[in-house]
Amino acid sequence: MSKKRIIVVGNGMVGHNFINTLATSEYASQFEILTFSEEPRLAYDRVQLSKYFSGYTAADLALTTESEYNEKGVIFTLNDKVVGIDTHAKTITTASGRIEGYDKLVLATGSYPFVPPVPGKDQDHCLVYRTIEDLEAISASAAVSKTGVVVGGGLLGLEAANALKAAGLETHVVEFAPRLMAVQLDEGGGKLLRRKIENLGVTVHTEKNTKEIVAGEECRYRMNFADGSFLETDMILFSAGIRPQDELARKFGLELGERGGIVINDFCQTSNDDIYAIGECALWDNKIYGLVAPGYQMAKVAYNHIIGNLITHIPSELAFKGADMSTKLKLLGVDVASIGDAHGRTAGSQSYVFNDDIGEVYKRLIVSADGKKVLGAVLVGEAESYGTLLQLMLNNMDIPGNAASLILPATDGAAAVGLGVSSLPDTAQICSCFDVTKGQIQEAVRNGCHTMGALKEATQASTGCGGCAALVKQVMDAELESMGVEVNTDICEHFAYTRAQLADIVRVQGYSSFEQVLEGHGKGEYGCEICKPALGSILASFNNEYVLKDGLIGLQDTNDIFLGNMQKDGTYSIVPRIAGGEITPEKLIVLGEIARDYDLYTKITGGQRIDLFGAQLHQLPEIWKKLVDAGFETGHAYGKSLRTVKSCVGSTWCRYGVLDSVSMAIALENRYKGLRSPHKIKFAVSGCTRECAEAQSKDIGVIATEKGWNLYVCGNGGMRPRHADLFATELDDDTLIKYIDRVLMFYVRTADRLQRTSVWMENMEGGLDYLKNVVINDSLNICEELENAMTKVVGTYQCEWKTTIENPEKLKRFSQFINSDKADDNLAYVRERGQRRPATELERIELVDLNSK
Amino acid sequence: MSNWVSVCELKDITPGTGVCALHNGEQVAIFRVSANEQLYAVSNYDPFSKANVMSRGITGALGGRVMVAAPMYKQHFDLATGECLEDAEVSLKVYPVRVNAGQVELG
Repeated sequence: MSKKRIIVVGNGMVGHNFINTLATSEYASQFEILTFSEEPRLAYDRVQLSKYFSGYTAADLALTTESEYNEKGVIFTLNDKVVGIDTHAKTITTASGRIEGYDKLVLATGSYPFVPPVPGKDQDHCLVYRTIEDLEAISASAAVSKTGVVVGGGLLGLEAANALKAAGLETHVVEFAPRLMAVQLDEGGGKLLRRKIENLGVTVHTEKNTKEIVAGEECRYRMNFADGSFLETDMILFSAGIRPQDELARKFGLELGERGGIVINDFCQTSNDDIYAIGECALWDNKIYGLVAPGYQMAKVAYNHIIGNLITHIPSELAFKGADMSTKLKLLGVDVASIGDAHGRTAGSQSYVFNDDIGEVYKRLIVSADGKKVLGAVLVGEAESYGTLLQLMLNNMDIPGNAASLILPATDGAAAVGLGVSSLPDTAQICSCFDVTKGQIQEAVRNGCHTMGALKEATQASTGCGGCAALVKQVMDAELESMGVEVNTDICEHFAYTRAQLADIVRVQGYSSFEQVLEGHGKGEYGCEICKPALGSILASFNNEYVLKDGLIGLQDTNDIFLGNMQKDGTYSIVPRIAGGEITPEKLIVLGEIARDYDLYTKITGGQRIDLFGAQLHQLPEIWKKLVDAGFETGHAYGKSLRTVKSCVGSTWCRYGVLDSVSMAIALENRYKGLRSPHKIKFAVSGCTRECAEAQSKDIGVIATEKGWNLYVCGNGGMRPRHADLFATELDDDTLIKYIDRVLMFYVRTADRLQRTSVWMENMEGGLDYLKNVVINDSLNICEELENAMTKVVGTYQCEWKTTIENPEKLKRFSQFINSDKADDNLAYVRERGQRRPATELERIELVDLNSK
Repeated sequence: MSNWVSVCELKDITPGTGVCALHNGEQVAIFRVSANEQLYAVSNYDPFSKANVMSRGITGALGGRVMVAAPMYKQHFDLATGECLEDAEVSLKVYPVRVNAGQVELG
């Protein structure tokens, strides 16, 4: 049977979603998928587009890669627009003249920005905000402009204003309607939003109809308005709404709506049964859906219909039934949400309004005539109740208790009225970005996903906009509880506490030994190999004493106790610190001489250091004596502590570098070396956005920009790689270090045992935003404490190897035997590529044979 | 009848740690799990990693049994009997050990 051919026109978010669904389905092998895009790159996240201005690159925004498409067998063509359809021959033609046949054609052409027909709109520096290329043009224009105007005060317009403001321009928003976000907000909400935005330095002009754009006197242009007023500006960004990209359908006879849009039925079919339209180009029930979630829903409907039609021959029952347009977002840092009938247009509807001019919060709740159901809401300034209100509306549930309390701030002693997740039906959609229901989350939990991280990976829930994270966690916790899973977070049988709780106990009580903690808070008299190293690490994090001190030495794990990394045969590897990866030729020679003299296997590490393998216990002190004499310090490769700060060569040598990344890397490494933490910590510093140091794969990543350092947090490589999240931008040296101090010490205090920063943050309720709030806004009022704690660690640093070689008592333990100078006779090596390595078992037998002969 | 041989002084073994002694050609791990004179002695050979490293493990107790965790892959061994708690078929040889006038003696 030959493969069915599907052609997807357009590779935006929705087109990609459709392709991904098909290419990863059980039927994938029965299809040949082709896609064409007029853009120069595959699908990327347009919802997060404004992040481009805070340091995100095109790669960060990408939803897929060319190699991923290649792997999945998706045939893609970029920079080539589909310009013709022959509905009889069932072929398409591209701008470059290619003709391809299809069994089913899917139009996912999206939309284009509407530019009002104003004379003068086509000049240079009059731009739109839609694609990465648009953003590049905006950047270029902003660089030679001082003032910028956004035409359009809707959702996208305000995003665009944020971009101009971030680029350092004096920013104006010009809106035709009497208020901002007229579609989503009522008058009260629009008014407060305007006030908050103006406080941020963006000037808002409402009820302005632009008549023409002419040459300016002070600036490049002057915009003349219909009411006789004018505004001077150097650049203009049009963001006055979108129009469906229906050009193809128009040219080739598909039915269109009166005001454009490709008409589709409930199965997303156009007026031609073999042609589907999904996303912003499609018109369903005379409505265009300009959000991504309904687009994904259409993609799913079209996929099911195509499978039913071509493969299973069972008609699909999944139909598109419209979509909820409720939305929650942060605009210029202001929380804004709009739910359902935000304007109270339903007959007989009534409202509750809460308006706090001092705290700058506005909330309006629209309820049914009988006061029992939520119909809609407007939230500005604070939108935490969004999830609860949305679920009440979507599931047509009765309002629990007093409706007014849904929007009133919680007063002391009274908990805010939340929505018990148990009251939601299993069909309730929790994550609208990926259409994940409560029932699906519960099933995933029953199948073993007991952490947010695992749940996200299995269901995709809360991996889109993240607005549902708190609700997803509540569903997970409730399900765990109903399963009778008592989530035992005790660290071991000796302590009924988590690592974070133990850390609090040690910190608050000021303990300095394991015995004190065991006696006061534990069971038994010995502890074990779980709680001892955990407490050893906690004590070190706060007190920073010499780890081999009597009383502490027995708490140290395999590697720490001999300040080396134990290898498979019981010998050790040695890693001196090479801060920032910078090393003098003299020091390199010392390393070479030591490696040669002791016949140590030598390898460069991933963290820009040199690892020397195969030293026996009794050789460690001699080798370290030589290293310390040559000016080396311990590299803590054996500890759960700061490992390395990788760096690129930066502005001192590199012709692209904008800041001195090596000096910063060395400063950071020297500051945090020796800090014991719940798990190892890695840093990197890149001297420009080319990111040669791969900082975005580290716990702490620092990238230089022309305006200062961008800080990324909570990334890692390893088994489950995770890109770090952008945490703060354009920082000076002092602020950068202050933020890192706080993040690290907060991690040390609150993480679980052996929890990397990535998992720590993913499992934190509120995630990245919460962490930012704690570290940047000092929401817990602990930043001073965190900084002081770090200052103490920095001030009490010692090179553990230097201390050890100066202490003859401690050196006694560094020998194979307490009663003999002999070496372990069980070691056997073979030579490979000029160096030695441990013999395999087979080789050992041969070696013994040779010896006996 | 045991022939006790002194291998080191008690103060050479820091409480909470172990040392290895060469005794009649065999490697013996001696542990001092707390500050008192109670000692344990087992073979230094880790049967799982096949390396002579047992003396470098962390000691403690699990379910009331005093144990050492192998430093390489963390299997637990009962220090009184030598039994591996994870695998009943594996055990460490146990040696008689005592403190006599401040000297650690193996039998």
